[in-house]
Amino acid sequence: MDFTLSDEQLMFAETAQTLFADTCGPDHWRKMMEAGVAWDDARWGAIVENGFTLVMLPEELGGLGLSETDFALIAREAGYVALPEPLVESAGVAMPMLAALAPDHEALADPSAVIAVAHPLNPFVANADKATAILLEHGGEAYVAAPDQVELIAQPSIDPLRRLSRVEWDPAAVTRLGAADWDLALDRAAVFNAAMGLGLAQRAVDMAVDYAKERQQFGKPIGSYQAVKHHLASAQVAIEFAKPVVAAAAAEIGARDAQAKARVSHAKIVALEAADKAARASIQVHGAMGYSWEVDVHLFLKRTVALTQTWGTPTFHRARIADRIFTQPMGPDQTFAREAEHA
Amino acid sequence: MDLTYTPEQQAFRAEVRAWLQANVPAEPLEHFDATREGFEAHRDWERTLKSGDWGMVTWPKEYGGRGLDLIQWLIFEEEYYRAGAPGRVNQNGIFLLGPTLIEFGTHKQKQRFLPPMASGEEIWAQAWSEPQAGSDLAGVRSTAVLEGDEYVLNGHKIWSSRAVFADWAFGLFRTPGSERHKGLSLIFFPLDAPGVTVNAIKKINGHVGFAEIFLENVRVPAFNRLGDEGQGWHICMATAGFERGLMLRSPARYQVAAAKLADLWKARGNSADPALEADVVRAHMNADAYALNIYQTASRLIAGAKIGPEASTNKIFWSELDIHLTQTALSILGPSGELTHDAPDAQSVDWIDDYIFALAGPIYAGSNEIQRNIIAERMLGLPR
Repeated sequence: MDFTLSDEQLMFAETAQTLFADTCGPDHWRKMMEAGVAWDDARWGAIVENGFTLVMLPEELGGLGLSETDFALIAREAGYVALPEPLVESAGVAMPMLAALAPDHEALADPSAVIAVAHPLNPFVANADKATAILLEHGGEAYVAAPDQVELIAQPSIDPLRRLSRVEWDPAAVTRLGAADWDLALDRAAVFNAAMGLGLAQRAVDMAVDYAKERQQFGKPIGSYQAVKHHLASAQVAIEFAKPVVAAAAAEIGARDAQAKARVSHAKIVALEAADKAARASIQVHGAMGYSWEVDVHLFLKRTVALTQTWGTPTFHRARIADRIFTQPMGPDQTFAREAEHA
Repeated sequence: MDLTYTPEQQAFRAEVRAWLQANVPAEPLEHFDATREGFEAHRDWERTLKSGDWGMVTWPKEYGGRGLDLIQWLIFEEEYYRAGAPGRVNQNGIFLLGPTLIEFGTHKQKQRFLPPMASGEEIWAQAWSEPQAGSDLAGVRSTAVLEGDEYVLNGHKIWSSRAVFADWAFGLFRTPGSERHKGLSLIFFPLDAPGVTVNAIKKINGHVGFAEIFLENVRVPAFNRLGDEGQGWHICMATAGFERGLMLRSPARYQVAAAKLADLWKARGNSADPALEADVVRAHMNADAYALNIYQTASRLIAGAKIGPEASTNKIFWSELDIHLTQTALSILGPSGELTHDAPDAQSVDWIDDYIFALAGPIYAGSNEIQRNIIAERMLGLPR
């Protein structure tokens, strides 16, 4: 039993943190919003150059072949900067899925390629407009399409740095890949969304802390008032108790049993609840400024809204936890227990 | 990261489980805060635990422990709660003072105080709060004056858990003339020493779980001071860190409760009430998250880290989850939720007692308001 990250993993997370901090801050967000875009070539180039798109690709296909635990660390950092580019869905979910279905697919040979995935749970597909390949589902089977083989109907999101589409397509006109593990894609996406949620949450708290130290009212920084302190402390409590759930969910994802699924769902629910609590506390602490376009907290709130409802709503995920509770043994010796075979 | 138990850890679990199966009393003991008989029955249970060498598994062997690590402690606690074993009447000693003694005590102090603590021969109360020093603990006024090799203690302590029937207490005392955090010392005194008067205070559940203590010229050897004179605040905060952060409330306690709640829902729940089912699911999630958090903390401590201000998040989390969990049970029980265990139609599990007990959680061991201040100031860096 060892619930700690290795030094290599911590260094890896730090590399991602530094890269994102340098390339994805307030100036970058605002320029992108002014230009009405959700993509930055230079930043994507730096992400690709650092190997972050290859983390979940098997080594035999030229990837790093690392684990969900490793990728979740990057996803957390992506959340901390509300990263617009589709690193998490493309490299964390779609790429390993395509690799399992069609290891020779040309999109896998290009580390800068974006791969989109249209999971049956999601009516809208993120970043299909930037994709080299789009994974599609029909009758439980997977298909892969090039963008010019489908019709994309843009669906503007409240999140200005997110691009959604509905995909119109004809199974007869695209490549059929056969039976696919849609559940694994869902689990990965849910746990990486949860990790992004942790990043979104912490950034919202950190922004509010910075503001509350500076902003003076009644002759004192507003952060010295307990009413303000307690909003942010409560958000931090929510973050602290989502973190180990996300870590355990990422580490156990490969078990694929009722317990592992429940933990993934638990992580998705609580990490995005923490993000919601933090973003709303942050807006409240910023006061009228927090309700303005000028302060960037709204980006974190909007991304939280988006990630909460995609890749399984809270209701969907709660049902998976209920399944674990009502069909598997409960109790203090069951924290890390696996589903009994033939149970 | 490896979230599986080693074969040694699995064997340890089996050993604990077998011993508890053979030794846990078949009938629940009367509560240790209810009567002297209940208290002494729990002391006997502590002796039984000691006979199996289970008094305090994390302590060094030479002081009455087993020298086990925190993961093994968690496994022990899981099996302990799973077996429905009696509450630990000496928790102020073994979980709060004990770890502090191990960190700050001299070898002689450890030899003197730890073994009888581990065996239940000496049961401890805490004497921190005073009528004018609750959340503002640095405002304590009780004094300790060194005369030769003895301290003379005077003052008034209150809300001292277990003090009605316990043998010893540890408390904060001030060097006369000192102010606030400076000049405080942590000193032990026997509750039957000349000059000590203990008055029981009834809790809202009718038990005499805490007391006020009057000290009039109580003489104790200087040997009973932990750490240096004036170091009491620092030591006290270390104790509080352990209390809030790790040992006061085992995750297993809430995991057992969440399992019972799921059983209650299965037996009596109304499937047409999805909101209530969502609360049952939430109770499990909270207990699970708390367990994972503590496993993570235990792993970090084993790897050499120290408990920091994040300990304050734990106290808020478990106290709030406990209220939510027990209140959910009352909602499932409906009109029979208010019945006490004496009622002919009462349910087998005393959810109402657990709910009333849970309401103390946000108050004791440092109120949740104080914990939120600590989180805001020491974790987040907001100004005082």
